[in-house]
Amino acid sequence: MMEDIEHIEKEMKLINADGSRLDGRKPDELRPVRIEAGVLRRADGSAYIEWGGNKVLAAVYGPREAHPRHLQDPARALVQCRYNMAPFSVSDRKRPGPDRRSVEISKVISEAFSSVVFKEQFPRTSVDIFIEVLQADAGTRCAGLTAASVALADAGVPMRDLVTSCASGKIDGVVCLDLNKEEDNFGDADCPMAIVPRTGEIVLLQMDGHLTFDEFQKAMVLSIGAATRLYELQRDALRRRYSVTLEDILKESPPARAPPARELDQELDRDREVEPEPPLPPEDDFGAEGI
Amino acid sequence: MVIPGEAVGGPGLKPGPGTYSEGGQLFAAQLGIRNERDGLVSVIPLNGRYIPLRGDAVIGEVTDLGPSHWLVDINSPYPAPLHATESPWRVEFGDTARYLKVGDVIMCHVLSVDEIKRVQLTMQEREAQRLNGGMVIEISPTKVPRVIAKQGSMLTLVRDLTHCQIYVGQNGRIWLDGDDRDTAIAAQAIRLIGERAQAFGLTEAVRELIESARRETRGPRPS
Amino acid sequence: MSEEVVSELMRAHVYRLASSGQRVDGRGLDEPRKVTLVRSFVNTAEGSARVKLGNTDVLVGIKMSVGAPYPDTPNTGVLSTSVELIPMASPTFEAGPPRPDAIELARVVDRGIRESKMVNTEKLCITPKEKVWIMFIDIHVLDFDGNLFDACSYGAVAALASTIVPAKVQGLGEDFPLAVEHWPVSVTTVKIKDILLVDPSLDEERMADARLTVTTDENGDIRAMQKGLRGSFSYDEVKRIIETSQRVGRGIRPLLQSP
Repeated sequence: MMEDIEHIEKEMKLINADGSRLDGRKPDELRPVRIEAGVLRRADGSAYIEWGGNKVLAAVYGPREAHPRHLQDPARALVQCRYNMAPFSVSDRKRPGPDRRSVEISKVISEAFSSVVFKEQFPRTSVDIFIEVLQADAGTRCAGLTAASVALADAGVPMRDLVTSCASGKIDGVVCLDLNKEEDNFGDADCPMAIVPRTGEIVLLQMDGHLTFDEFQKAMVLSIGAATRLYELQRDALRRRYSVTLEDILKESPPARAPPARELDQELDRDREVEPEPPLPPEDDFGAEGI
Repeated sequence: MVIPGEAVGGPGLKPGPGTYSEGGQLFAAQLGIRNERDGLVSVIPLNGRYIPLRGDAVIGEVTDLGPSHWLVDINSPYPAPLHATESPWRVEFGDTARYLKVGDVIMCHVLSVDEIKRVQLTMQEREAQRLNGGMVIEISPTKVPRVIAKQGSMLTLVRDLTHCQIYVGQNGRIWLDGDDRDTAIAAQAIRLIGERAQAFGLTEAVRELIESARRETRGPRPS
Repeated sequence: MSEEVVSELMRAHVYRLASSGQRVDGRGLDEPRKVTLVRSFVNTAEGSARVKLGNTDVLVGIKMSVGAPYPDTPNTGVLSTSVELIPMASPTFEAGPPRPDAIELARVVDRGIRESKMVNTEKLCITPKEKVWIMFIDIHVLDFDGNLFDACSYGAVAALASTIVPAKVQGLGEDFPLAVEHWPVSVTTVKIKDILLVDPSLDEERMADARLTVTTDENGDIRAMQKGLRGSFSYDEVKRIIETSQRVGRGIRPLLQSP
């Protein structure tokens, strides 16, 4: 088996002379990313992310009463993340249940969020974050963390800022942004990180492989640059989530009896004529008895 | 609309709910709408759990009981006990089940919340009662202010048009009682009010919704 | 309302509505919710489907590998079904090994597929007594809003229907679509006092006294049944439920079959 791998390694070129990678990307190019907020009904907040070949779902419950009781912190909320991979998310089926890798990833992500959530506002509770990898293509912890940030904001959990995450590594001696599965398997190094966008604080940092100090700095520049673009996608997902239209409301609420299509259209047309876009006009900001 | 970490104000402005201050600047702590009045900047959150405040009227469900208290679910991270002495009845020790059982729904108030968020409920305020009949809907607690806005004028409109009794809990639970059809229509109208991003034209939209739905139901029912 | 206890008030409300043939979400008593399906949702699996039944959201992945058969069935492939009730799907789901309800779900879904011979396991034999296809049906519940029996079953059936057997990578010739010979459709009915409701919503399920899942094939024949919860059915009710399941099943089957 080992011989086979070496054989493949010698054969496979991860990066061409012109700098293009196996999937055609340049060294500083991010895979396509799409984020959607508010995708689940039961959870307090949720988000779904497609990042290259990754499909990851994140959900948040909380703050809620922390169980078991003896783990409650009387002064603050616990922030706990559970990262899990579905059995069908990888080529070789993964047995259900946490393995050591999942446990480690859960821990570092919990710690990342712990530094931004306003924990002191909710003593004795826990904020539970769930990350479920449905389809994996390397960089799942970054994708999960990026989606989980959106889920936390969707749930209304008070935080200092979102957290944005990205990884860079080295393949065939070249420092590259956002490695995919083949690049991660046959590359020289991988370095995932997560950052608080406004302040630049690093709240997650891991590395495996071989990087000189210089190469590490190059990798960080790439990742931090990408984080800016990812932050825009996170914000955009949240904005889209909360521009609710009349159509959505009527679709969601159970009808007393389903109105005939004609009347419903009239309702919508009337609304489209009359309604301007938000923000709140000054006289409707709820007055003295308001918030 | 602002997201956590976005700047919402500079020096001279004070941090209100939903915001925090750092280095003289104010930032949003939650996803919501920025609001400024009298030098106070706050963010009205679009979602979030119900955090009890003293005096809040809430609708709760009894989930457990002991010899001298009941435990009430008020849709909050914190369990809320109602002590027998805070009930409208004279309850003998061990006799709590006679007055309220598990599964009963009550309208009550938050008596106190201490520094570590321990909550106590009371049923000694006006309007506190065990609720019978009708139905309960849940909306995000952050939307309750919209529902009861402008001295409850929107609510009054819904009540008048649907002939339903309506109690709104600060914890996002709303009790409606009336004819089954009217109750369902009222529930939909309340959801509409709660969801609206802006209030412009809302009164008309609500009136139209209720009236068209009622016109629907007045016709002969299909067999 | 409360996650654990259904209030008396809501029980009375649901029952009152049901007594006049209505439900809280406007459906008729034997009307299922809308079923939406996305096939081949996950490309790391040999087959997959994401099903939404109302707001209940389930993702099923089919993984195939080659291995030794069970000693008592040396000429048939191996089918293994498991259900994960992941914690994000409901505040009542906890992380950990499968609880009895997850195990029951998996076994009932499996039974419907196996007994209907939807997948001909004899055709999954490669070398008798030595080498067979091993098929894992992994059901991942993402959002729980009532009636997991049907949602999981529809997901599994749709996922199997979209499965491509990875023969090439095993050196067994070209990849080929999994042969589907029958189409089991599961329909679940609950009883609240004396009223029967098809495809229970979350609230209806939580206040139900008894539950009966009936899986029928394209001929209307019964392939699997499972009664649940602590109440009971009269024999008449059972017969009515079977008839309803045949009828409702006929309506849902085309949705699972279409490519």
